[in-house]
Amino acid sequence: MSKYPALKSLVPLIPWTAAFAVIWLFNRFVANGINPYYFSIIMYAGINIILAVSLNLVNGFTGQFSMGHAGFMAIGAYSSAFFTTQMLAHQPGWMESPLSSFSLFLAAILLGGATAGIAGVIVGLPSLRLKGDYLAIVTLGFGEIIRVVLLNIDAVGGARGMAGIPALTNFAWVYGFVLITLFTITRLIQSRHGRAFLAVREDEIAAEAMGVNTTRAKVRAFVIGAVFAGIAGALFAHQLMYLNPQTFDFNRSFEIIIMVVLGGMGSITGSVAAAVFLTGTREALRPLQEFTKVDFRMVIYSLMLILLMLTRPNGLFGSQEISSILKLKRKKEGARG
Amino acid sequence: MALSASSCSGGKSGVAANSNEILVGHVGSLTGNEATFGISTENGVKLAFEEINASGGVKGKKLRLLSLDDQGKPEEAATAMTKLVAQNHVAAVLGEVASSRSIAMAPIAQRYQVPMISPTSTNPRVTQTGDYIFRVCFIDPFQGRVMAKFALDTLKAKKVAILRDVKNDYSVGLANFFTETFKAGGGTIVLDESYSAGDSDFKSQLTSIRAQNPDAIFAPGYYGDIALIMKQRVELGIKAPLLGGDGWDSPKLAEIAGSAMDGNYFSNHYSPDSTDPAVAKFVADYKKTYGGAAPDSMAALGYDAAKILADAMNRAKSLSGSDLRDAIAATKDYPAVTGKITLDKDRNAIKSAVVLETADSKYKYLTTVAP
Repeated sequence: MSKYPALKSLVPLIPWTAAFAVIWLFNRFVANGINPYYFSIIMYAGINIILAVSLNLVNGFTGQFSMGHAGFMAIGAYSSAFFTTQMLAHQPGWMESPLSSFSLFLAAILLGGATAGIAGVIVGLPSLRLKGDYLAIVTLGFGEIIRVVLLNIDAVGGARGMAGIPALTNFAWVYGFVLITLFTITRLIQSRHGRAFLAVREDEIAAEAMGVNTTRAKVRAFVIGAVFAGIAGALFAHQLMYLNPQTFDFNRSFEIIIMVVLGGMGSITGSVAAAVFLTGTREALRPLQEFTKVDFRMVIYSLMLILLMLTRPNGLFGSQEISSILKLKRKKEGARG
Repeated sequence: MALSASSCSGGKSGVAANSNEILVGHVGSLTGNEATFGISTENGVKLAFEEINASGGVKGKKLRLLSLDDQGKPEEAATAMTKLVAQNHVAAVLGEVASSRSIAMAPIAQRYQVPMISPTSTNPRVTQTGDYIFRVCFIDPFQGRVMAKFALDTLKAKKVAILRDVKNDYSVGLANFFTETFKAGGGTIVLDESYSAGDSDFKSQLTSIRAQNPDAIFAPGYYGDIALIMKQRVELGIKAPLLGGDGWDSPKLAEIAGSAMDGNYFSNHYSPDSTDPAVAKFVADYKKTYGGAAPDSMAALGYDAAKILADAMNRAKSLSGSDLRDAIAATKDYPAVTGKITLDKDRNAIKSAVVLETADSKYKYLTTVAP
């Protein structure tokens, strides 16, 4: 064994740190040169990755069917946007130096994540005692309640929406949080708590018999998922610069569910791939409209989903990760050679 | 940092303006819940472009429309807007119908300095984003005042009850401005009742209104709820007419309310029955091009927005964003289908409104109210 066991435990962090550095460099030197249209697609893809991966923790790894992810996203988006607009209204100086705008936005994102997390506890504690269809309906109802409540709060604009949100989101913020999401959730899945999530998914009664507090495990997964949805919402709000309760209706929840199912329930790689793929395709199909003169975009999009689900019913990656697929390939090649 | 991202690298897509064409963008809800809004607007814009191109185009160049769908979602509208300005390099953008989508698009138009003209977004907030954002319709406060004047002068009403949709910013805004003007003109508001969009039973509100015996009821909601209110008003035997705004204007109103819609009044952008020769020509051309359907307000305003843009392009020194912006801002007394349009310093249109009466399950042109 190594002489420095403490240092050795830091070795797995090296690739993550390197990725952070790459993102920072990209943001510093390359991001400004990208066509703003492609750039906005890249940004929304990143936000969708956070949403899909965090929902996968609940739906894929813990086996609970949540349909209210857009609700948590809305809470994060509105609370963070309300925070930044209020802060700037009272103290416009926050935007002047890079350091103060950085700390303002970091605080807003963390606030968005925290409020969504608290909402996750409130919804999760009573409803996660339910199973399957019942949980789906409760979370669906919760998402709609959030939307209707937002419609009726005049301080955040009600039905007319909330405009004038500062454009604080940039490439480093979005992909920095993508990394944090991926890091947290992959590490979590490999931990003792993650094993409990998987046990709950595989067989709840057996898990309980083995001493897993199933309700606590479910609530834990649910709240962590909600926190990241709130963070994604905060990034979304400061990217679009405008919020409307309509944006967070159940269709948005379904879009995230589609990403998780298409990528493969229980595959983080799958969620990432599906989020990028679906965000990209919707825009890639846009030029088609210029030739056909009729918008077939959503028809093709839906047909593609049907075909994919027919040919790969477990999603693109099933429950496998890119790392395990690569390892398997190497092993096969090794056996051949 | 994102603010400084304004370079224009990246490939061109299938549509790129050649030197004989001017590319103009349009963003609208061509699919989704409000598809009729986007399609009508697009039809109006297309008709205007055909006419302009047939008579020689603008500065010797043809106008070419690039229309993108936003499915009625604000975030899609923002993405479509970014594509139009960053990838297709359009000279100007027409759209959106709904205020929420226009508000999402406006910061992008402002950032890239591309003029944007909304045909029908009536919320005051839309043009407040910056000096590149214009509109060719009147704003919510004006409609409230028009109906208050109409109630006072034409209906000789002294007592009016209000029935507003509390969830709808548009309805609340109209009701407030109506109240203000009506009270200033010597009238009294006897009762202020409310409902929430999607309610189906309005009898309790209508019964308390009936007890006050008002001369008229101001109900500035959207057509779905209004149709039901009209029916229940007849069932309860209320004689006082309902008054409303352009949210009533939909073929669905007659479909749901039937004969119960008769005998009420609402303000609108224009009337297809108007005797003005410009309106008559537009209605005839529209019917010929699109298979007999009469143009609604969305189509008329889309047409006007396109015409005003072309007029400004002709007057502009060049087609650069700032020159075009100045030319649009200088629009004065333009004879549009929906009335003479002048753009004020806040880039809102000053123009007249029409009051229509609902009779025989149709709209009957009654009067024009000048600003």
